[in-house]
Amino acid sequence: MGYSWNWGVFLQPSATGDDTYLGWMLYGFKMTIGLSLSAWLIALLLGALVGVLRTVPSKTLSGLAMAHVELFRNIPLLVQLFLWYFVLPELLPKDLGDAFKQSHPVVQQFISSMVCLGLFTSARVAEQVRSGINSLPPGQKNAALAIGFTLPQTYRFVLLPMAFRLVVPPLTSEFLNIFKNSAVCSTIGLLELAAQGRQLVDYTAQPYESFITVTLAYVLINVVVMFGMRWVEARVRIPGYIGGGH
Amino acid sequence: MITMNKVSKHYGSFQVLADCTTHVNKGEVVVVCGPSGSGKSTLIKCVNGLEPFQSGEITVNGVSVGDPQTNLSKLRAHVGMVFQNFELFPHMSIAQNLTIAQIKVLGRDKAEAEVKGMQLLDRVGLRAQALKYPGQLSGGQQQRVAIARALAMDPICMLFDEPTSALDPEMINEVLDVMTELAQEGMTMMCVTHEMGFAKRVAHRVVFMDHGRIVEDDHKDAFFANPSSERAQQFLAKILQH
Ligand SMILES: Nc1ncnc2c1ncn2[C@@H]1O[C@H](COP(=O)(O)OP(=O)(O)OP(=O)(O)O)[C@@H](O)[C@H]1O
Ligand SMILES: [Mg+2]
Repeated sequence: MGYSWNWGVFLQPSATGDDTYLGWMLYGFKMTIGLSLSAWLIALLLGALVGVLRTVPSKTLSGLAMAHVELFRNIPLLVQLFLWYFVLPELLPKDLGDAFKQSHPVVQQFISSMVCLGLFTSARVAEQVRSGINSLPPGQKNAALAIGFTLPQTYRFVLLPMAFRLVVPPLTSEFLNIFKNSAVCSTIGLLELAAQGRQLVDYTAQPYESFITVTLAYVLINVVVMFGMRWVEARVRIPGYIGGGH
Repeated sequence: MITMNKVSKHYGSFQVLADCTTHVNKGEVVVVCGPSGSGKSTLIKCVNGLEPFQSGEITVNGVSVGDPQTNLSKLRAHVGMVFQNFELFPHMSIAQNLTIAQIKVLGRDKAEAEVKGMQLLDRVGLRAQALKYPGQLSGGQQQRVAIARALAMDPICMLFDEPTSALDPEMINEVLDVMTELAQEGMTMMCVTHEMGFAKRVAHRVVFMDHGRIVEDDHKDAFFANPSSERAQQFLAKILQH
């Protein structure tokens, strides 16, 4: 095979001249991390709320929560991204839409991507939270109410602390997914890790170096997330507690 | 203290409770028994509003449980309840299990709640376990903690739903002893239990249920000497064989 390896390519000044190709990669890496973490924050907060609402007695609230889950879980991620990026600014009140369109393109891409990934993932987090709550013994809720807690207090002090411990493992895989899914955002021009990898190939014709590096970067993210979540799991482990609901 | 007047409840067409009328006076201990599925748990959960009911009236200390205006959380804070499966909060230490509701519901400060919690742990003989977690205690110990947790709220009455039926035989007595002591101190108690020895020793009255109805509601001596219904006779014959 006539491929000529050249790892030195990363130290060459980039085509635009103001950076090295390594710098490009780092930019993409930081973009992927920033995007995924901010989307994860939205997914976690909103997903927890929606997951809780799916389990409350009020039919209206649980119905709304179910609609949220079905909507964001069943439309393909790519379609959702296009909706947020191309369609939503047209639907916003004129002032807001114009402000959005006049902002820096990177800002537009980032915000659309963050909201899109956050909401998409929130539906999946909500399902995990709901099943976590439902797998607790039903007597726990009764015991909490019986001692005088209001329903919100029952969730806050009794149901959620246990449910979150149960859902740490499935949430780990959602957390990993959000990093992988963030690559979709290159389709609206966001220069995250995968997009920078492709750009590098276009400019340097060194596809192996580029994609090996991109792959390793994703592997690194995976490893860090997995260790992080294991640490969380160990931190919240309860002495003497075996298994989930009985 | 507790009155029930013609309380009925159904799931769809299935009648779980039918015209149940009974009462528990202050300082009285009433044992509720009956075959499985007869509605005992449902009845006792109606008392603190954990189960809604469709008709009839229940009052606790003069407050109507079924009235939508009633602040149920406030009412429940002073009605202790003990469950078959203990239902301690597994992610909290024993000490926290005893203090959290005192702090969050009654608004006591932490130090005061802790003192109260330790006194009650002492009383059920478990002071040494304060820093452990529920999963580290035996069933009998967990149930004693659950009783202490309810007592920490200074309840005006206590509800028990088969507090010993999930326990290994050798642990039943340690829980019954705590309950007996409580009764002797004059606590108002409504206990669903099949422990007829406990009923004979401690109860004032026995309520017997079958198919959602209160079939007997007698002084305990009358109940054990000659139950008026055939159903209760059969039930007693069966249960006293063991
Ligand atoms: N959510 C529900 N939907 C339909 N039926 C129910 C529901 N909860 C309870 N039941 C029925 O109501 C009846 C009374 O139940 P309950 O738990 O009060 O009986 P119990 O006397 O406490 O029985 P056990 O001794 O087994 O605890 C049972 O036949 C049960 O199947
Ligand atoms: Mg029962």
